[in-house]
Amino acid sequence: MSDTYAPHEFQYSSAEHQAGTALAGMWLFLATEVLFFGGLFLTWIYARSQNLAGFDAGARETELWIGTLNTGILLTSSFVYSTGLAFARVGNNRRLMQCCFAAIGLGLAFLALKFGLEWSGDFDKHLWPVGPDFKFAGEPTEGGARLFYVFYFIGTGLHGVHMVGGIVLVAMIAWRARRREFSPLYVTPVEVVGMYWSFVDIIWIILYPLIYLIGRS
Amino acid sequence: MRLWLPAASSMSHEVDYLLIALTLIAGAVLALVFGLMLLFVFKYRAGSKVDRGALAKKTWRLESAWTAATLLVFFALFIWGANLYLRLSQPPADALTVYIVAKQWMWKAEHVGGQREINAVHVPVGRPVQLVMTSEDVIHDFAVPAFRVKHDVLPGRYDVLWFRADRPGTYDLFCTRFCGTDHAHMTGKIVVMEGPQYQQWLEQNGTSGTLVADGKVLFMRYGCNGCHGGHGTVRAPSLNGVYGSPVPLSDGTTVIADDRYLRDSILMPRSQVVASFAPVMPSFAGQISEEDLIKLIAYIKSLAPENHS
Amino acid sequence: MSTTVVEAAELEKSYLVDKSTVASWLLTTDHKRIAILYLGSITFFFFIGGIAAAAVRLNLLVPEGLIPSAETYNRLFTTHGVIMVWFFLVPAVPVSLGNFVVPLMLGARDLAFPKLNLISWYLFIIGGIIELYALFIGGVDTGWTFYPPMSTSFNQSHVVLAVIGVFVSGFSSIATGLNFIVTIHRLRAPGMTWYKMPIFLWSLYSTSVILVLATPVLAITLLLLGFERIFRIGVFDPAIGGDPILFQHMFWFYSHPAVYIMILPGFGVISEIIPVFCRRRLFGYKFVAWCSVSIAVISFFVWGHHMFVSGQSLYASVVFSLLSYAVAVPSAIKVFNWIGTMHKGFIRFDAPMLYALGFVGLFTIGGLTGLFVAALAADVHLTQTYFVVAHFHYVMVGGMVTAFFGGLHYWWPKITGRMYPEMWGRAAALIIFIGFNVTFAPQFLLGYLGMPRRYHSYPPDFQVLNVLSSAGATILAAGYLLPLGYLTWSLFRGERAPANPWGATGLEWQTPSPPPAKNFATTPVVTEPPYTFPPPELVQNRV
Repeated sequence: MSDTYAPHEFQYSSAEHQAGTALAGMWLFLATEVLFFGGLFLTWIYARSQNLAGFDAGARETELWIGTLNTGILLTSSFVYSTGLAFARVGNNRRLMQCCFAAIGLGLAFLALKFGLEWSGDFDKHLWPVGPDFKFAGEPTEGGARLFYVFYFIGTGLHGVHMVGGIVLVAMIAWRARRREFSPLYVTPVEVVGMYWSFVDIIWIILYPLIYLIGRS
Repeated sequence: MRLWLPAASSMSHEVDYLLIALTLIAGAVLALVFGLMLLFVFKYRAGSKVDRGALAKKTWRLESAWTAATLLVFFALFIWGANLYLRLSQPPADALTVYIVAKQWMWKAEHVGGQREINAVHVPVGRPVQLVMTSEDVIHDFAVPAFRVKHDVLPGRYDVLWFRADRPGTYDLFCTRFCGTDHAHMTGKIVVMEGPQYQQWLEQNGTSGTLVADGKVLFMRYGCNGCHGGHGTVRAPSLNGVYGSPVPLSDGTTVIADDRYLRDSILMPRSQVVASFAPVMPSFAGQISEEDLIKLIAYIKSLAPENHS
Repeated sequence: MSTTVVEAAELEKSYLVDKSTVASWLLTTDHKRIAILYLGSITFFFFIGGIAAAAVRLNLLVPEGLIPSAETYNRLFTTHGVIMVWFFLVPAVPVSLGNFVVPLMLGARDLAFPKLNLISWYLFIIGGIIELYALFIGGVDTGWTFYPPMSTSFNQSHVVLAVIGVFVSGFSSIATGLNFIVTIHRLRAPGMTWYKMPIFLWSLYSTSVILVLATPVLAITLLLLGFERIFRIGVFDPAIGGDPILFQHMFWFYSHPAVYIMILPGFGVISEIIPVFCRRRLFGYKFVAWCSVSIAVISFFVWGHHMFVSGQSLYASVVFSLLSYAVAVPSAIKVFNWIGTMHKGFIRFDAPMLYALGFVGLFTIGGLTGLFVAALAADVHLTQTYFVVAHFHYVMVGGMVTAFFGGLHYWWPKITGRMYPEMWGRAAALIIFIGFNVTFAPQFLLGYLGMPRRYHSYPPDFQVLNVLSSAGATILAAGYLLPLGYLTWSLFRGERAPANPWGATGLEWQTPSPPPAKNFATTPVVTEPPYTFPPPELVQNRV
């Protein structure tokens, strides 16, 4: 595709019209995601308020360093992707592709740390809450700690699913950048995926203190 | 076939008045809506030659008028319903207590004197009765249409419902929260008796011990007295006179020791620790049946305040 | 904004015959074809739910219950609830009629995201198949509300499968709602300002806001419920440290707004039909439009009125009661405005209008009995009895289903290019109105007398009213079967429909019936406000 021709689908009057509509659609989708995770966080905070001691005891068993490192990795990944978007806006498909690869690499690093290292460590430490040999079994804080780990696994699991989805989307952008599809006139898909990728960060930025920080204070 | 419902409690007439008012208002609005609709449909049918005149251009006056009227009526109904509901929800202090334990699919009642019955509750006429209710499994709902009362019965906590029966007789009791296969058979009778007959019934059905006496035995059996008896090695708060009094907690707050607090303290002793005591009491969750819990609480309630003189 | 001119050759064929392979239907992104796919699917689910309802009414003919097993009965009414709520009432008008007419009314060529629209139908079908499979292998007996701890720890039926079915179909709701909101914001034809939009669009916009913002909360709630049942994680079951009231709060946070998902599109349909058949501009257009929006907003803050006897705090109950009255005000305003529209009109009695009149009557009864259950002390007596059953059936069936049938008849010529047989249409409208009232009016009395819901058997005192109700149900069933017959007949034998058989004003009537695949030859330009009918003199002459 040439650098000057901007395609649009038949129901739109112009490429700008289509671009703005795509962004609006993504904003609205993110609103539904806010309500989805919002329900989870609200339940989490309510359950914590009912079981303070147990949640705090559970939180102290988490790996603070992995969480912190992951926060840094995820924010860097978003930064790298946004850099790619800036390159796309000036028509540099090659740099966009490289940025996508870097963002994917960082995303995979996050997943490896989270699920490869942290989750397996959690299993070794008997923190799987519904197993028969749960670490806190028999202790006074058992109920609360169990609930904490229920939310920990559900929260990080759902976030992980969203991460995987995001990585697939970024990979698709990389593929299209390789085919030189983007131009200063046509960067909408890059922007839309960028919004989603940043949203996945924001969810993590709420999860991080809920998991690692509040219980340690 | 029965087309009326007995009104057998002190509150049932008041609820009926509210329902009658609601029916009148609904009937009036309905007559207005159907009346206007029929009138317009006839008068302004396409074939009619009636003079339509000019159409009103501005509609906001009419709109504001009927919005304001609707708001006013609704607000009055809200106040009426809420006021009655708050009174329906707060049992008088002198109410006679009956304990209800629900399970799939039956109602168990325990009276203070130790009398027990299944799918029936005998109560005296003219005296406020409060039911302290809990469930052993799922959520049930204790409903007596003749008294216009209803409340969910949840596992793991006490819910209270009260009424004052005004007319002797036998009234239907229904479970109205769907609770599984035999939900429709989880029914029973409320038997309202005159004072002397009620006394007679209590005596005929009396058992060896009252709830308090049974509770005292359990208090020993579960080892409660080891710490709370005042002469053990472990320092535990005294339970004398604790019921109904404010209890300072370790997190700085204060709670009134009611049935629910006593229950939670036995099953989840570390959730609300009394100030200046160590959280050393083990949980009895899963070890004491609901019926024994009721007896234990009845015993704790019976303990007189300590004499400090 | 430039005007796109579609090739003339493309215009000659209607969307129905544009391409005719099976794949051209199953992989279509045309909103009109997707509407047809949805229409077929929801009709199927309507009759599945209806069969369950018929079995329920049959069982209640005798006090001890005609169906020998209480468990079978419990599974039947759960099936009825789950299928009717999530696979008929919630999607019905938006995905079928809405999908078809929203772009047409806006003067657009399609929805903003046609592929998402198709994905939404597939999600709906996948959810539906999972649900049907769950029913086929034995069903669920928790009631459609899935209250724990019964649904999690005390139940042998296929709760997890049923919950997954609802969960998946929820994404279809979200996709549809999102598509509508973005389309209405971005794809309005030149000159189509917000206040020039027909009320149906305002209604669907409000509905979509609820779909998009409430459904995700249901998703996370059902997810937690599923985990609770599989892993016993202890979020909801008090025996393992959870709080069952928390589930009720989360469930109703979705499910009460969902009531308005069901009824708001009905309001929209009626607001289209009444002006057309009265030849009158809609009375108080702006009031009606903003009433939809305010209902959508307030509906998020009234969920606690389902829990007046559940053990939530007394003060919460009081606040929720007040807000429930607040949400009833805009609904009342709408009823007055519909009647105001009839004033000085030129009223014709085609089948859509008969359904609309039926709707106004039945919805008013449903709304007024809502005042009973919003009054706290009255609700204590009436909740969980047949009074509530009658109340929400008046709103959902008397209101919503009647509106759906009204809209179906109204847009049938546009959708199929054929007229339905008018006399049959009027007869069905009448039979449904009568059958409905005979079925559900006795249930108000049953409820006052104390008959609880979800009872497989009941005290003999209640039998007469139950028999009356079941008798009405047979009339109602006949009324619902009639359109299935004559509408199908009209597909093949019906008179050819002109572009604008009703003399209506919306943009959807300015393109041929059935519309061409790309909707309009040239993008229409809107200059007049909606419902601008010719001056009365002309109308009078024509009649």
